Amino acid sequence: MGNDELILLNYWPSMFGARVRIALEEKGLDYEYREEDLLNKSPLLLQMNPVHKKIPVLIHNGKPVCESNIIVQYIDEVWYDKAPLLPSDPYQKAQARFWADYIDKKLYDSGRKITFHKNKEEAEEGKKEVLEIFKVLEGALEEKPYFGGENFGYVDISLIGFYMWFHAYETCANFSIEAECPKLMAWVKRCLERKTVSKSLGDPKTVYEIVLKFRKKLGLD
Amino acid sequence: MAEVKLFGSWGSPFSRRIEVALKLKGVEYEFIEEDIYNKKSPLLLKYNPVHKKVPVLLHNGKPICESVVILEYIDETWEGPSILPKDPYERAMVRFWVKFLDEKCFPAMWQACWSIGEEQEKAKEEATEFLKILEGTLSGKKFFGGDSIGMVDIVANFIAYWFMILQELAGIVVLTKEKFPKLNEWMNEYLNCSIIKENLPLKDKLTAVFQARFQAVAVAAAAAAPSVK
Repeated sequence: MGNDELILLNYWPSMFGARVRIALEEKGLDYEYREEDLLNKSPLLLQMNPVHKKIPVLIHNGKPVCESNIIVQYIDEVWYDKAPLLPSDPYQKAQARFWADYIDKKLYDSGRKITFHKNKEEAEEGKKEVLEIFKVLEGALEEKPYFGGENFGYVDISLIGFYMWFHAYETCANFSIEAECPKLMAWVKRCLERKTVSKSLGDPKTVYEIVLKFRKKLGLD
Repeated sequence: MAEVKLFGSWGSPFSRRIEVALKLKGVEYEFIEEDIYNKKSPLLLKYNPVHKKVPVLLHNGKPICESVVILEYIDETWEGPSILPKDPYERAMVRFWVKFLDEKCFPAMWQACWSIGEEQEKAKEEATEFLKILEGTLSGKKFFGGDSIGMVDIVANFIAYWFMILQELAGIVVLTKEKFPKLNEWMNEYLNCSIIKENLPLKDKLTAVFQARFQAVAVAAAAAAPSVK
């Protein structure tokens, strides 16, 4: 592909940024990683994502691509000759997009109810919603090793970054994801065995500490 | 038995998006009208158990759900005018604006019409902000897709038609010719395309349904409001 310049603007605890890191690793691409301070966003980030001012942003030869799942699809389409992330069959592709969309629509907001709950009721509500989402996802997984079947792919990439937040969810709402969703945790462990994934995920305990810091800052605790 | 079936609703902009796409590609399909407000059919619930919504495309017995997912599927499955561009970077841009429309513009514009008081003011401000951003992308282009309509134009259908009807009924002023000259020009070109024009719900019918809902909302709000003495 010649001399491609790739820069990833990210914030390491982000479950969305993790998607892009994993995709880049899966394709074996060299890129420059830049950590953003979300309380002090760089001029580059604001210039490259003026609409949302959010990470992750992938800058490819000076041109920005924003929105994590859109970036993953872009990476898959540009570097189509290795490690395909989406299925080639249009129907299977549609199913993959459907599930990535489901994860995007539901999980973050419900998870946030847990970590940034204002009261016990909200945390409980968040926990119920998250468990319901996990149950639906376990149903979609069926008895397959990965959401796409035999191969690790787009839906797995879409979801696995949330693992960084599992310890925070469990501690803030007092439950065990392993106990409630063993099939999902088996899938998590399978994904973590991949170097591309373990390299791209930060420590869940540190994520929880960050949650506590923010809770204090927001006056929730 | 038809190879392609579409579960939809006459008034839904999401459902109409799919009809436009299928017609663009010259695909014959059987349309199944769903009564989405009163009683959804067992088939719809079977084919879309997760969201229980229209539209659902059934191709050779296999369901595809979520309008944006369906649009990409249609583009990949059938020959004909392209709904998405071929270049990966341009595709990423299209997907970005489609997401912006559905996740930012639509909810804010919908809220601006159906909420009241402070919530409505906030929604109106947000909607205006988002529309300004959209206006900025139209510089020198007839359509969002360039010379012909593409996925962004198809997804922006609610702005050109549904919202224009709703904002008048709601008595709010958000999208005007003066504030958004480029969007206004786009709307005229867009609604003039035969494939769009011929696939819109009747204005009178839509107005009647919206008016009934406004009345129902007003009645509910009056019943819930504390009496001021």
